Amino acid sequence: MKTKVLAIDDSRTIRNLLAACLEEAGFEYHSAVDGREGVDLYPDVAPDVVITDINMPNLDGFGVIEELRGDGINSKVPILVLTTESSADLKARARSAGATGWITKPFDDDSLIFALKRVTGAVA
Amino acid sequence: MTGSILDTFFEECEELLEAMDAGLAAIEEGDQDAETVNAVFRAVHSIKGGAGAFGLDDLVAFAHNFETVFDDVRSNKLELDEKLIQLLFRASDHLSDLVTCARDGGEVDQAHHGVLISALAEYIDEDEEELVFEPMGVGASFEPAPLAPLAEAQEASYDIRFHPLKEMFDTGNEPYFLFQALSDLGSLSVRLDDSELPGFDAMEEGESYLSWELTLVTSEPRSAIEAVFEFVEGLCELAISSEGDEEAEEDALAALNAAFGLAPAEDDVAVALPLEQPAPEVDETPAPVEAEVEVEMVSEPEPEPEQAAEKPTKSKKESAKSSGPKPTLRVELDRVDRLINAVGELIINHSMLAQQIANLDASDTRDVETELEGFKNLARDIQEGVMAIRAQPVKPLFQRMARIVREASAATGKTAKLVTIGETTEVDKTVIERLADPLTHILRNAVDHGIESPEARAAAGKDKAGEIRLTAAHRSGSVCIEVKDDGAGLNRTKIRQIAIDKGLIPENAELNDSEIDNLLFLPGFSTAKEISNLSGRGVGMDVVKNAVAALGGRVNISSTPGDGSVFSIILPLTLAVMDGMVVSVAGHTMVVPITAIVETMRGNDDMINNLGADGTLLSIRGSFVPICDVAGSLGLRCSSHNEPAGVYLLVETENGDRCALAVDDIHDQRQVVIKSLDGVCGNVPGVSAATILGDGKIAMILDPESIVTASSSAAVFDTDRRMSNAIAS
Repeated sequence: MKTKVLAIDDSRTIRNLLAACLEEAGFEYHSAVDGREGVDLYPDVAPDVVITDINMPNLDGFGVIEELRGDGINSKVPILVLTTESSADLKARARSAGATGWITKPFDDDSLIFALKRVTGAVA
Repeated sequence: MTGSILDTFFEECEELLEAMDAGLAAIEEGDQDAETVNAVFRAVHSIKGGAGAFGLDDLVAFAHNFETVFDDVRSNKLELDEKLIQLLFRASDHLSDLVTCARDGGEVDQAHHGVLISALAEYIDEDEEELVFEPMGVGASFEPAPLAPLAEAQEASYDIRFHPLKEMFDTGNEPYFLFQALSDLGSLSVRLDDSELPGFDAMEEGESYLSWELTLVTSEPRSAIEAVFEFVEGLCELAISSEGDEEAEEDALAALNAAFGLAPAEDDVAVALPLEQPAPEVDETPAPVEAEVEVEMVSEPEPEPEQAAEKPTKSKKESAKSSGPKPTLRVELDRVDRLINAVGELIINHSMLAQQIANLDASDTRDVETELEGFKNLARDIQEGVMAIRAQPVKPLFQRMARIVREASAATGKTAKLVTIGETTEVDKTVIERLADPLTHILRNAVDHGIESPEARAAAGKDKAGEIRLTAAHRSGSVCIEVKDDGAGLNRTKIRQIAIDKGLIPENAELNDSEIDNLLFLPGFSTAKEISNLSGRGVGMDVVKNAVAALGGRVNISSTPGDGSVFSIILPLTLAVMDGMVVSVAGHTMVVPITAIVETMRGNDDMINNLGADGTLLSIRGSFVPICDVAGSLGLRCSSHNEPAGVYLLVETENGDRCALAVDDIHDQRQVVIKSLDGVCGNVPGVSAATILGDGKIAMILDPESIVTASSSAAVFDTDRRMSNAIAS
């Protein structure tokens, strides 16, 4: 069973980079173009881990985490936040919403896989 | 792979820059609601995010400053006043330049870069700056080293005490995976400490009672261990110690806590109740629950990543929303061009078939001809369909022009506003690309020379801010792009004088208004008193004219003193196929664009009047039109006299003058495929391109405009100069 990743990011560039890295590492990759679509796709994809951007139209990353962790979906899977800024503020906010960890953009393939490994145990 | 993602990035940048410009324009118009501001912020943010991935540091740094300012606007810390909006516009322009430089290479204007950075920095308060650049938590910069040869590096043994706080389990972090990650670093032994477990009755749901003591023997530095716990910083009590570095440990822990603004973790976790999983929310926790279990985890080389054989289903719904833009398909331009070439060949093929059928010795070809007619219509449909693929709205081009006007206004101290009309007009992609430079030049000229200074405008009773209207429209098979300013209009006396001073026209030349206006297009003409770095970079409007001519179009000026000037660029809709009239000239078959022809007629001697030694005039319904002998002007016949002047094509030039082109005969009217002569031979005056006819022969496509000007100008200007200029261009 491949580890399923749902990546939510409004940037096509970032989605492509994630896809390239994750597929090469043997993950099953799914993506959504904004927060709303991400939350909508979640039940169907049933991912093992979610990677979400923060600044997105329709529903931002904090909203995504809140909705996934909320009573409606009640997701327990790890949620990694993709951030450009690594301010403590932002991390604290993401964490209190229920984020598992964060990946700083620009990410390199190794640290992305390393982060995934730490939250899912997946070797891929 | 990375290359194609980089392409995606630049494509996306174009879209984001457009969105940003549109957003800023809306903000300038007074639409400052949260969503508009957010959209601009996101655009800058996404550019920065992508740029970071490709190590485009200049772009990242600038986008970062831009974004920081915009973030304050977003959170209402900054007010969007006129000055800030103008700065944001300039920043947006510069960002666009940086993207271009990153894509095409080249240097940005460092001085300008510096000025903008410091202008933006003025809006960023220092605290924020520091916060933003604060290095992220300990271990952030850690990159997992490749599985290093263990023997070489010095191994150390670390004792790790780990107690998750109950909050950790709300974040989806799982101790087992952390241990697994640790085991990748070296040889790990894990011991569960359940001494804090209360009795069963006293146990509370969601409370965290368990701790672990781990021993890791590794050659990795301590930072590698800390990196493993990065996500749970502040969510656990963590102590890492190795022999002889108690102090270092304290420091690390302090730094860790400081990074999150936390007090040192408290020791007294409520201890009361017994037996339950510490993480009731987490199912299937394979964490070791038995006390005193020694788990030996040894890192193994990772298995070869399995190549994704089947394409994973990507649930992308890029444009699923009904409110969103229409679904689009990105296709490489090459593929479209291949299709266009094929359509061209198809049309040539049709003419060949038609010719063959006409040559057939068959008694009744009517049926075949009907089918052939259907073939022709289909070919035309396909051609139009393919052309539509290449067609793009002029909106992005026009948006860029707003910037040109802004910059030109700033450089000249004038106030000018660009109003765009017909942004959705679609034009061939190549035309749009090649139109950018001429349009830029015309707009700069309009601001520099057209629009008056605010004082002069006030004195003339005009609004202090000048207005430049940029219009695009389709007009009977061509595209018309117009730049209209409400400035002072052309100063004809001055233009005439300059042309005389520069020796472009004789002092006694008698020119009408339109002819004077068109002097602007002569090479070497520049009305700027001194060469400003704005519109007069030593090149004049002749460059504009040549660029437009290269696209098969023409430029026109008209001007009303006091009311402003209008520059019109008229372009053919397509660059690949056109309707042409096939004529013969001195034994050669040639094609004249239908769009240039007003009417055709067979002449007789009564209609021809001699004028002076060389000139002949054609009298048409009581008016006289100069005759231009095509064969003569192309040098195919030495003398244009005493030849059977058969057929005349009445053509109209860009400034409204009419002329009758004398040819020997008209054969046909048909679609021809334009084949460029670029790279085949140099610029031939009077010939714009070539085509392939039904019989497979090559025919030249004539440029009536240049034939007429070349022959009629001889009367006014020095022929040699004109011709040499024409050849040079």
